[in-house]
Amino acid sequence: MSTPIVEVTSAVVGYDERIVLRDVSLTVQRGDVVAILGANGSGKSTLVRSILRLVPLSAGEITLFGDRKFKRWERIGYVPQRIGAGSGVPATVAEVVGSGLVARRGILRPPRAADRAAVTAALDAVGLADRAADPVASLSGGQQQRTLIARALAGRPELLVLDEPTAGVDATSQAAFAGALGTFVAGGGTVLLVAHELGPLQPLITRCVVVHHGEIAHEGGVPEPAGHHADPGHDHVHPHAHEAQAGMWGA
Amino acid sequence: MSIFANEFMIRAFIGAVVIGLTAPALGIYLVQRRMSLIGDGVGHVALTGVGVGLLLDRSPVLTAVIVSAIGAIAIELIRERGRTSGDVALALLFYGGIAGGVMLVGLSGSRSNANLMTYLFGSLATTSRSDLIVIVVLGAVVLALALGLRPALFAASHDEEYARVSGLPVRALNLLVAVLTAVTVTISMRAVGLLLVSALMVVPVATAQQVARGFVATMGLAMVLGVAAAGSGVWLAWEIDTALGATIVILAIAGFLIVAVAVAATRAVRKRAALRSGRPDRGPGRPVPADAEPHEVVLDRS
Repeated sequence: MSTPIVEVTSAVVGYDERIVLRDVSLTVQRGDVVAILGANGSGKSTLVRSILRLVPLSAGEITLFGDRKFKRWERIGYVPQRIGAGSGVPATVAEVVGSGLVARRGILRPPRAADRAAVTAALDAVGLADRAADPVASLSGGQQQRTLIARALAGRPELLVLDEPTAGVDATSQAAFAGALGTFVAGGGTVLLVAHELGPLQPLITRCVVVHHGEIAHEGGVPEPAGHHADPGHDHVHPHAHEAQAGMWGA
Repeated sequence: MSIFANEFMIRAFIGAVVIGLTAPALGIYLVQRRMSLIGDGVGHVALTGVGVGLLLDRSPVLTAVIVSAIGAIAIELIRERGRTSGDVALALLFYGGIAGGVMLVGLSGSRSNANLMTYLFGSLATTSRSDLIVIVVLGAVVLALALGLRPALFAASHDEEYARVSGLPVRALNLLVAVLTAVTVTISMRAVGLLLVSALMVVPVATAQQVARGFVATMGLAMVLGVAAAGSGVWLAWEIDTALGATIVILAIAGFLIVAVAVAATRAVRKRAALRSGRPDRGPGRPVPADAEPHEVVLDRS
């Protein structure tokens, strides 16, 4: 078997006294599309953030592309949960997407024609080509999320890591997003995504990992939705109150 | 008498224009990171550097650059670590800086409060030939870095976490901005004064971002506004005999208010026109009303 893209071995993460992840192991192979599911506070986001070295491990080990001291970040495209739209200084969609190319290009080199082409291609992929010159703050939440996906895609990564990419995103954007992700996967890309529910992404997923109370509670295929969840057009909206009853499609 | 008949006026003019160009080019990164007031803090710390320079009988500009750079790095490291305790630490640094400066200037026995006042509020007449060379050279360095590293500095300021995951040396970039802030503050202190430098880093950016659509556009417009305020400030300060720093800052703020009123008026007119034609105001690029968002979407970080 080839080197796994991501290999988490007995990872433990704790903030102060509280343990958020305990003894988690996970392997992602090239071409996998892995969905990490779980309730709010289950530790699923922490797992992804520790893979990206944003959260330090208390114990265990995580290798990326077989490398324990991974440095080649241009191989990874990261889509955070929400945009940092808080900053008062406006930025256009193209500027934000272009910032996904800085690391690959090197910080001293100015953008070239190829970079501008990459930005245009990434915006095309998420269906926002016509908004390139607009300020990001003027976009809807779903469009802002697609901007972040374009930013990650612009660098032509091998692994795409997404944190709740479809949370609260309108249907048009979800479909555009699923399309972009499908193209990325068809091109040989590997995907690791944190999700609350899969929605239109479901056909793309090859494996589901359910995190519950900081441990992996289930790993395997995508279970069929049951009950009213299986209805076409079922709109999955409910308060996320009962963490204890975490199910695949529930909380 | 013509304003440029005096050599010191020409020096003051060149110095002010360099500062007007440089301060907003760097300040935009501070505004973007919501650290608009950091220049003010660095200015407080720089005063201690001035005191050290006067006490040791060395160039106050040089010692101020060194001390304020150390202060700016300390501020950045405190910011990086966390929030709550950082707030008090920053206050200690700021007030310690200005109190230390006032004491050291006093100890140096240098002629008095007038001297202190020129550092705090700037002065037309104090820019010497060697000061001007320092201002132009260091200003060019700051400007070159602020413009040349724009893609990386933009990425690190816009979304620090993403920048880290994309492999940018975020910490080095943040420290660079801190040091450049210290340099900008120090070269500006002769003309604008330590207590008002920060205004020139922030106000032109605040004015520009009301009308510009993108980051590059904001940066360019802020630099134009900075030069305009600084240049016309020298002229006005000469004509009506006022303090240079205060005059420049008042002009910059006047620019901000004029643009703010103009933007508000344009919006009101557009809104009325849209209401009359019976359709919502959704011109290209106009912000979409908040209620068009799905209810779960929170746009601000956390």
